[in-house]
Formats: sequence, structure tokens, C-alpha cells
Amino acid sequence: MIKTVDLKKIFTGRGTEVRAVDGVTTHIKSGEVVVVIGPSGSGKSTYLRCLNGLETLTDGHIMIDGIDLADKKTDLNKVRREVGMVFQQFNLFPHKTVLDNIILAQQVVRKRNRKEAEDKARQLLKKVGIADKESVYPGHLSGGQQQRVAIARALAMDPKIMLFDEPTSALDPEMVGEVLDVMKQLAREGMTMVVVTHEMGFAREVADRVIFMDHGKLVEEGTPEHFFTEPREERAKDFLRQVL
Amino acid sequence: MNKNVTSWSWSLLTLLILFALGTGLWIATKKIDYTWRWNRVPQYFVYLNEDAIVVPADARVEKVDVVGESANVTVLTEYDETLTYKVDADNVSVYQDETLFEGDTIGYIAEWRAGPLLVGLWTTLWLSAAASVFGLIIGLVTGLCRVSSNTTLRQLSVIYVELIRGTPLLVQIFIFYFFLGTVLDISRIVAGISALAIFAGAYVAEIIRAGIQSIPKGQMEAARSLGMNVPQAMIHIILPQAFKRTLPPLAGQFISLIKDSSLVSVIAITDLTKSGREVITSTFATFEIWFIVALLYLLLTLSLSQVIAWVERRLAVSD
Repeated sequence: MIKTVDLKKIFTGRGTEVRAVDGVTTHIKSGEVVVVIGPSGSGKSTYLRCLNGLETLTDGHIMIDGIDLADKKTDLNKVRREVGMVFQQFNLFPHKTVLDNIILAQQVVRKRNRKEAEDKARQLLKKVGIADKESVYPGHLSGGQQQRVAIARALAMDPKIMLFDEPTSALDPEMVGEVLDVMKQLAREGMTMVVVTHEMGFAREVADRVIFMDHGKLVEEGTPEHFFTEPREERAKDFLRQVL
Repeated sequence: MNKNVTSWSWSLLTLLILFALGTGLWIATKKIDYTWRWNRVPQYFVYLNEDAIVVPADARVEKVDVVGESANVTVLTEYDETLTYKVDADNVSVYQDETLFEGDTIGYIAEWRAGPLLVGLWTTLWLSAAASVFGLIIGLVTGLCRVSSNTTLRQLSVIYVELIRGTPLLVQIFIFYFFLGTVLDISRIVAGISALAIFAGAYVAEIIRAGIQSIPKGQMEAARSLGMNVPQAMIHIILPQAFKRTLPPLAGQFISLIKDSSLVSVIAITDLTKSGREVITSTFATFEIWFIVALLYLLLTLSLSQVIAWVERRLAVSD
């Protein structure tokens, strides 16, 4: 489903060079839930943002369903509608109601009619458990509710892959659970997911595979049992000692 | 309760100061022996115009037929033509069988006409409205060019904005009228509106640019991640939010535009200011007319801020 080959993203500015993602090669299979963890600044968010073209690659290849994002002829907008993304800061559209947030891209990008888009939106709102908030503006919702709307908005495009960029990091602790529950349900339904998170519990419980990144490099990957109980790499052990 | 009382007493002080200023001005004008003639002003807003109806040739009045408020006067000319004229019933100057000579008045038609001040106000209003609309369009396009990734578009928009903001509007109006007006053969009205629109456009562009840049990056990213292209994201996500944020400074800009439109009077467009000057030449009521002109401008700008405030309230529902 997603293949990254020697992926590099280098930021340059003011004479310094930051190798945010430095030669990551991995293969994410259809239906797999991959959790990317690592210390802050390790390049995991940048890696995720590369997967739907929000960051342009410096070098390497990303193949999504056989389409190479590094190829200049690739229509990124076409790829993006197959790849949903959920952000740390939700990024809901504040000038639109919850329902309109979910409808807009369906109409503009997928060219669905209003009725069809509304039905889809209501069905998804029900799924994430906030069917009663459809006519509310995002500013009036709690963080957890906003993030669930954001998930519904991404799902409305019928993506083949969902990317989550620290979806619970900006939430009050008591709201983390409701968002993770929605994500767990998605995983059970067989959605291909790449999740950057600090929720070790979620990684252990839901992930098929854990990827540990540090300084832009993929340091270690494996099943959660393997990673959380007997990591090979010293840096992974250090990290786990800090967070567990 | 206590706070209410103090607030009232401060308001009273405000009134007192305004009253004192007014009295001072009044005493000052007394000293220079100026005769206020406010009664001359209303006729320059609206006046009753009496149109005289005259016979084209020697004739005899056949019939005067009064129908309601008007009268039909039928005359038989020396060439045996029967002509009927309609005049106001209470302004008929002829009677049955009267002999008329060529050019004699049959009667009058009186009707209310807009005076120069009202006509000038209207000119200022539509001139500013047209310049605002074009200014907004120019500003929007320039603002978008300013944040574009294309270097040429960016540079062109910067040059335009700096050129316009760095030169006086009065000079721009002269250049538009005397240079472009001659070269491109455009009328003074078109030259005036263009100068105002292009002037306002430069400021609007900067306001729009600031508005776009004030929208968090995540909004564009969220839109793009849903598969929208840049124009779609701009139209549906960025611009509506930017517009809401830039409404107060945009309002200020358009209020400025209404006031700046007074400068087009230098290229002989009969706007409110020029009408005012024309009225003064025939009345010598200099003080009164300038006060009235100022008041009319104030009326326009205050109405505009009311409208904008209403739009702002409408847009605030999502806050």
C-alpha cells in the first residue's frame, strides 16, 4: 500500500541544514496499523506529512498504491483524496458548521451532490458519536469533539489510508479516550493507518507494527510485543525507559 | 448604580465641552460680522422648477379643459393647426378665445428637481461605489499575487503597491486625467474612477495579504489534505476567513475612499465638493455650504460604517 524508499527530507535555512527524515525505507501493507513513535524532533511528523505530499521530498520515493509521489507528473491532489489526514491541532474550518466541514470536500473534490454528502456526513457523525452537533460551529466544541469531527471529515472522502499526526497531543487528558476509541474502531474495521503518537497504550494495544524513529532515521521496527518487551537498539531502550 | 451615576456626569461634561466649543465658534463668527443665511441652503437640495409652455405661432385659444390637477389647452394656429398643451391647472395664463402671439406663454408645468447639492451627493456616492468595487477586485487580485509562489507576480504586485502608496492621490488623479486621459482618450469620469480604484486597490491588496497570512497554515494543509487544489482551498477556506478578519480595515479603507473622492473635483467632475463650490459662487454662503458639505460626507461615511458593522455581526455567528 505505502512503500517508502530511502526517503529524505532536508530543511535548509540560515546556513543550517536539518535532516528531518534521513533515509527511511519501509513498506506498509493494506489493512496494517503502524504506529510511529520517537522523541520530539525525531522527524516522525515530517515523515507522516511526506506521505500525503504536504512536504516535498528532498530525495527518495514514496509509492502509494503504485503511484510515485516523487514523480513530477503525479497529480498530488488525486493522491491526497485517497489519503486522509488528522492533525494535532484539528484544523477544522472555523467558519463552517460541523456538517459543512464534512460536506465541503465531498462536494468540491468528489463532486457529490448535497444530499449524498449530507447523508454520508450524518452517518459518519453518528459513527464518531456526535450526531447531535451537526449544526454547531467548531469553536463551540471541546477538543475531543473537534478531533472526532476532523476524523469524520477525513473519512468522508473514503480514503484508503488514514494518517494521524499526534491526534491526542493537544487534548485534555479526559478527552484522549474518546478519540482513541474512534481510532481503535477504525483499526478493527481494517483501515490502513499510520499513527504518530505518544500514547504507548494505544501502540501496544492496536498497532500491528511499531516504528521507532530518532534523528530522522528509522532505528527499529517490529511488533508491539517485541518492541515494548525486548527492543534491540540502545536508543529505543533509553526512550522506553523515559516514557514507560 | 454608583458607576451609572458617574458615567452620566461624565457624559454631561462631554456635552458641556461641546456646547462651550459651539458657543465659542458662534461668538467668533459674530465678531467678524458674518451674516448666516441658512434659509438659502434648502433650495440647493431640491427646488421647484417652472417650465413655461409657449405657443409656436400666432394662435387663438379654442378651449381650456381642466382635468384634475392639470389643464388641457387647445389652440388653433394661424396655419389652421389644432394643438393641445398640457399645463398645471393653477398655472394657466390664458383664457377662452384669447388671441396669442408667437412665443406667448400658455401656462407652466412645475415640478420638483434635485438641486446641485443632491446631484453632487449622488455623483460622489456612485463614483465612490464604483471605485470601491473595482478597488476591491484589483486589491483582491493583487493581494493573491502578493502571496503567490510565482516571483514575477509577486514582484509586479510589490511594484504596483509601492508606486501607488508612495505618490499623492492628487498627483495620480492629474496623471490619470492629463496623461492617460489624453493618451488613451478616456473621459474624466473614467479617469477619476480609475485613479480612485487603483489607489484604493493598492491599500486593499496589503489588507488582503495580511488577512491571508493571518490564517493559520493548518487551514491550508487541512484543505489540501482533503484533496482540494490551491484555488479551491483559497475560495472555500482561506478567503472567507481572511475576509471576515479584514472587514474592519477594509471598512476604514472604503470610508477613506469616499472622502478621497472629493479630490476628483480638481478634474472638473461635479461631485459633492465641486457642487458645494459652485453653490458658494452663487450664494456667497461660504460657511453654511461647507458645513453642509461636510455633514453630507459624514452622512455617507456613517451609513457605510453602519452597514459594515451589520455585516460583521452577521459573520460573528461562527465565533
